[in-house]
Amino acid sequence: MYDIKSFYEAKNVEDAVEALQKDENAIIISGGTDVLVKVREGKDAGKSLVSIHEIEDLKGVEIDNDGTIFIKSATVFYDITNNDIIKKHIDFLGDACDEVGGPQIRNMGTIGGNICNGATSADSASSMQVLNAKAILKGPNGTREVNVVKDFYIGPGRTVKDRSEVCLGFKIEKKEYEGFKGSYLKYGKRKSMEIATLGCAVMLKLEDDNKTISDFKIAYAVAAPTPIRCPQTEQFAKGQDVTNEIFLKELANKAFSECNPRSSWRASKEFREQIIKELAKRATTKAYEKCVGKYKKEVSVTC
Amino acid sequence: MIKKKSPKTAKKATFKPVKKKVSDLFIPIKDRTTVGKPEIRVDARAKVTGDAKYTNDLCPRDAYCAKVLFSTIANGEVIKMDIEEALKVEDVVAIYTCFDVPDHEWPSAGHPFSLDPSHKDPSDRKILNKRVRIYGDDIAVVVAKNEVACDRALRLIKVEYNEFTALTNPHQAMEKDATVLHPNIAKTNAFAHTTFKKKPDFDYEKEKQIAIKKYSEENLVEVVKQYKTPHISHCHIELANSYAYIAADGKITVVSSTQIPHICRRIVADALQIGVGKVRIIKPYLGGGFGNKQDVLYEPLVAWLTTKLNGHCVYLELPRENNISGTRTRHAMEGNFKSLATKDGTLLARDVQIFSDNGGYAGHGHSIAAKCSGIVNNLYRDRQGSQVDTYSVYTNTATAAAMRAYGIPQACWFAESNVDDICHKANLDPLKFRYDNCADDTLLSGGVGFYTYGLKECMKTGAKAIGWGKKRKEYANQSGNIRHGIGMGIFIYQTAVWPISMEQDGAMLILNQDGSANLLLGATEIGQGGDTVFTQMAADACGFTFDQIHIVSTQDTDYSPFGTGAYGSRQTYVAGRAAKRAGIEFKRVILEYACKLLKRKSISGLDIVKNKIIDKKTKKKLMSVADVAIQSYYNKGDAGALAVRVQEETESNSYASGAVFVDVTVDMAFGKIKVDKLVACHDSGILINPALAKAQVQGGISMSLGFGLSEEILYDEKTAKPLNNNLLDYKIPTAMDSIDSEIHFIQLEDPSAPYGNKALGEPPAILPSVAIRNAILNATGVAFDQAPMTPQRLVEGFKASGLI
Repeated sequence: MYDIKSFYEAKNVEDAVEALQKDENAIIISGGTDVLVKVREGKDAGKSLVSIHEIEDLKGVEIDNDGTIFIKSATVFYDITNNDIIKKHIDFLGDACDEVGGPQIRNMGTIGGNICNGATSADSASSMQVLNAKAILKGPNGTREVNVVKDFYIGPGRTVKDRSEVCLGFKIEKKEYEGFKGSYLKYGKRKSMEIATLGCAVMLKLEDDNKTISDFKIAYAVAAPTPIRCPQTEQFAKGQDVTNEIFLKELANKAFSECNPRSSWRASKEFREQIIKELAKRATTKAYEKCVGKYKKEVSVTC
Repeated sequence: MIKKKSPKTAKKATFKPVKKKVSDLFIPIKDRTTVGKPEIRVDARAKVTGDAKYTNDLCPRDAYCAKVLFSTIANGEVIKMDIEEALKVEDVVAIYTCFDVPDHEWPSAGHPFSLDPSHKDPSDRKILNKRVRIYGDDIAVVVAKNEVACDRALRLIKVEYNEFTALTNPHQAMEKDATVLHPNIAKTNAFAHTTFKKKPDFDYEKEKQIAIKKYSEENLVEVVKQYKTPHISHCHIELANSYAYIAADGKITVVSSTQIPHICRRIVADALQIGVGKVRIIKPYLGGGFGNKQDVLYEPLVAWLTTKLNGHCVYLELPRENNISGTRTRHAMEGNFKSLATKDGTLLARDVQIFSDNGGYAGHGHSIAAKCSGIVNNLYRDRQGSQVDTYSVYTNTATAAAMRAYGIPQACWFAESNVDDICHKANLDPLKFRYDNCADDTLLSGGVGFYTYGLKECMKTGAKAIGWGKKRKEYANQSGNIRHGIGMGIFIYQTAVWPISMEQDGAMLILNQDGSANLLLGATEIGQGGDTVFTQMAADACGFTFDQIHIVSTQDTDYSPFGTGAYGSRQTYVAGRAAKRAGIEFKRVILEYACKLLKRKSISGLDIVKNKIIDKKTKKKLMSVADVAIQSYYNKGDAGALAVRVQEETESNSYASGAVFVDVTVDMAFGKIKVDKLVACHDSGILINPALAKAQVQGGISMSLGFGLSEEILYDEKTAKPLNNNLLDYKIPTAMDSIDSEIHFIQLEDPSAPYGNKALGEPPAILPSVAIRNAILNATGVAFDQAPMTPQRLVEGFKASGLI
C-alpha cells in the first residue's frame, strides 16, 4: 500500500498541466519506478499524483523529413531499445536504455522520467548529452525548448523543469548523429539491477582513412554532480589518430581533468578517476570498432 | 569476565565412529528404487504455478498490520517517547513502546534447548528495547488497520535518546572505556573467548625456535597476516514475516516464515512467560531463510500483540531495509595469522586470533565463531601444533547469527588464503601443499571424524577437470592489463551438530485407504528440497514408490512430530534417519496386518516391493498394499487404520569435505574479475537426489560469489548507521552475474547416515570466494586479504603494486 493522497489520470497534456497547476501538492507520475520509491520511503508520502501514463501522444519515437528525431517522454526503455529509428541512427542510446535496472523496470520506466529526475547516474543521460538533445517542456505559460547540455541541470537531482511542466520529449537534430557511431559503457558493481558507478557515452566520426577523428563527443554520468560533456577533450580529439595508444591515454587524462567526481561510500574519488580514464579509452575504442565494422555485440554493456 | 574454556586437544585413539549401530536401517543401494534418482520436486508444480501458499498468502484479510519503530541511533537509551500525535492518525488501533513490554529477556537462537546451564544461549532480547544496541533497534510498534496508517503514525512518534558512542567493530568495543552492551551477560563486550590447541602446551614462538634449530631459518617460510570478511545479509526473497491470533481453543497461534517451528514455539512461550502448550506455530511454504529464519525474529512480538488486542490477528512483515540491517547477518570476522612451514612444503605451526563481530545481540552466541575456529584448526595438520584464539564481541552493528555454512566461509577465507600466501612466498604448488598437509581420515575433533574420506579424491578430480598443472605453467609469466589465474580451496564440514547439541527428529506415516501414505515430519522444507528427499527416503524404506508417499509440507506444532528444524546441513542426515526408521516400522506394521489376511504365521517370508506384498522367496505378488489398507480401515472386528510414529535420536556426526577450483580473467585497470570456469567437487556421501544436489551446489556458488566479490553491509564509521541496506546498494549477484560451473560428486557410502549421505546444504557456499582470491593471486601476484574483493579494492591493490 502506498500513501497517496489522490490519483488523477490525465486525458491529455493540457489536462495534466492544469491538474498540476491546480494542486501544489501534486507531482507527475508516469511509469512510477522512481515516484513510488519516494512515496514508499516517505519522502513523497501523501502527495497527489497526476498520471500521464495513459497519454498516447507522449509515447513513441518519430523522425521527420529533415532527419530530426523526436523521442517522446513517456516512451518506456524497452520500447526505445527496440525502436527501429533508434536502432538505425543512435543505437547506443538503445543500449543505454537496455541497462536500466531489470526487465520489469525497463517495461515501466520512461526516458522522460529518467532525464527529468535530474540524477547524474541516469543511464540515458550521458547519451542525451552527446546527442545534444533538447527537452521540450510544456507548462501553464506555453512550450519551451531547453538544451539538456547547457541549460537543463541546475544541481544534483534538480533541473529547470517546473513542477507544473510536462516534458513532451527530446529533440535530436540530424547533424548531431549523422556520420557518427556511438557507444555507451556503464560501469557497475554487478551486471544488472545496478545504478551506474560511472557511465560514459562517446560519439565518433572518422575521416575516410578510417582512423583520423573528424568529430568527437564525450559525456559522463556520475563523474560530476550532474551529467556532463567534456568540451575541451572533444576539441583535443579532433584530427587525432584514434588507433594511437598514446592518444587514448592523453584523451583519458584530458577527460578526467574536466570531471569532478566525489568520494562517497559508493566509490572513492581515486577509484572513480581510474574508471573515468578507462571508460574514455574503452568507450572510444568501442565507437571506433563500430565505425570500422569490427564491433561484436555483447549481451550487456555493463562492465 | 570472559568465559574461558579449557583447551581442547585431539585424541590419538583410533577413530571408531559408529556409536549407534545402523545395520538394522541398512538398505543396499541395489534395493533402492527412488533414493539416488533425480525425482522431480514434490512442490515443483505448486511453486511454478504460484499455487504454493506462503505466510503472507494465508493471512486473514481483517488482520491488523503492525509496524516497528526503529531507533535512529545505534547505542544508547530511549528516555522518552511521545505517541500522542501518532495515536490520532485515522485507523491506528494501538501503539506500544519499549516502556510497555514485559521486563523479561529471552534467547533468540534456533538451538535445541540445553539442559546444561553452562551451555545455554544468552538471554539478551526483549520484545521491544529501551536500551538501544543497533541502529534500527525495535523501540515501539504501531498497530493499525492498514499499512499507510502505520507509516503515518510512525512518522509522528517523537523519541528522546541518551546517546552513547557507537561501537562499529570488535576492537573499538573491546577498548577499556567502551560502553558494555549487555552487562547481564558479560562484564565486557567480548562475551566469549575460546582457545583451541592441537597440543596442550603449544606456544607458537617456542615452536618457531624449535623449528629454526631443526630446519635452520633459511629453510623456513613464515607468513604474518590479517584477513577480513564482511557483514553479509541472507537476502532471502520472502521477507521475515509472521502473524498471530488467539484461536477458538485459546491457543496463541503464530503462522510464521520460520525454519524452526518447534524451537520457535518454545521461545515464544519463553518470551511471553506462558506454557509451551498454549502456543501453536504453523510453518507454511517458505521463500528462503539461509539461517536468518533459524533465529526467532518477530514471532514473540506478534504473539504478544495479539494478547494485548483480545486475540485479534496481527501481521508483521519487516521491510527489506530492516531485513538487511535489523534481522541477522553473517559475522564479519578478522583473522590474524602467524604461520610457519618448511620451504619444501610441510606446515609446522599456526597461531591464529579471530575476532568475531557479533553485533548488538547474541543471536547464536559464541557457537559460530567457535565452529569457525575449529575448522581453521582442523583443516590442516600442523606438525608442531597450532592455537586458535577466538573472541565473540558485542558491537553496535547488526546482530550476527546463523547463515549458510555457519562460520566456515570465514574459516576458509582465512585458512585457504593463508595457505596460498605460504605457497606464494615459498614458491610451492598450492595443490601439492594442500594434499600433503590437509586433514586426513584420522581427523577426530570433539568426537567427530570422517566415516568416509573423499577430500583428496575431490582434489584430484577437480585438479584434472580444471587442468591444474598445465594452466599453472601457462599462466606463469604474464604481462599486460588482462591476466589469467587459477586457484583453489578445500573445506571440511560437520554434517550435523551432535555432540554439541542434541540431534533428534520425528516422522509419522499414515496409511491411506488407497494404499498410499501421508508422511509428516518435524523437518522443514525451506526451498532446499527437503520434502522431496524425505519422500524418497521414506518410500524406499517401506517399499512404496515415490508417488505413493504424500508429504505434508506444513509443520503445525499441534500435530507435526517434534523435530528441531532446518539448520546445519543436518536434516537429510538426522530427519532422514527418522523418515527411514518410520518407513521400516511402517513396512513391518503393514506386513503384520497382511500376515493375518494371508493367514501366514510370520512376516519373515513377506516383503513390500513397489506397493505390493510379495513372497520373499518366490517374488510372487500376494496382494497390494491398497488391499491391506482398505481392510485395515473397515474390516469389522479387525479394524485399525495403520500408522507409525517414530522419534529418532542421532548420536553421530560426520565430516563432509570438498574442493573448488577456478580459472579467472582479471581486468586490472577496470578492477573486474571474470570467472571463466569453476569446478566444484563434493564429498557428500551418497546423493539422495542428484538433481537437487546439483542445484544446491549451484546456489551455493552464487552465494559465495557475492561473499567474494560484491556483498557487504557498510556502516557509517561514526554512527554505525547502515549505509547500503537496500537491494540496489547491497550488491547481491544477479542472474546475469552467475556462472556456469562443473560439479562433481565423490560418492562414498557413509555408514552412519540413513542412506550413506553427508552434508551438502551449506558446504557449496564456502569456497568459490577464496578460490577466486587465490586465482587472482596466481594471475597478478597480488594478495587480496579482505572480502569482498570489490572493484575499488582491486584497483587500489593493483595500483599499490604498481601494476596499473
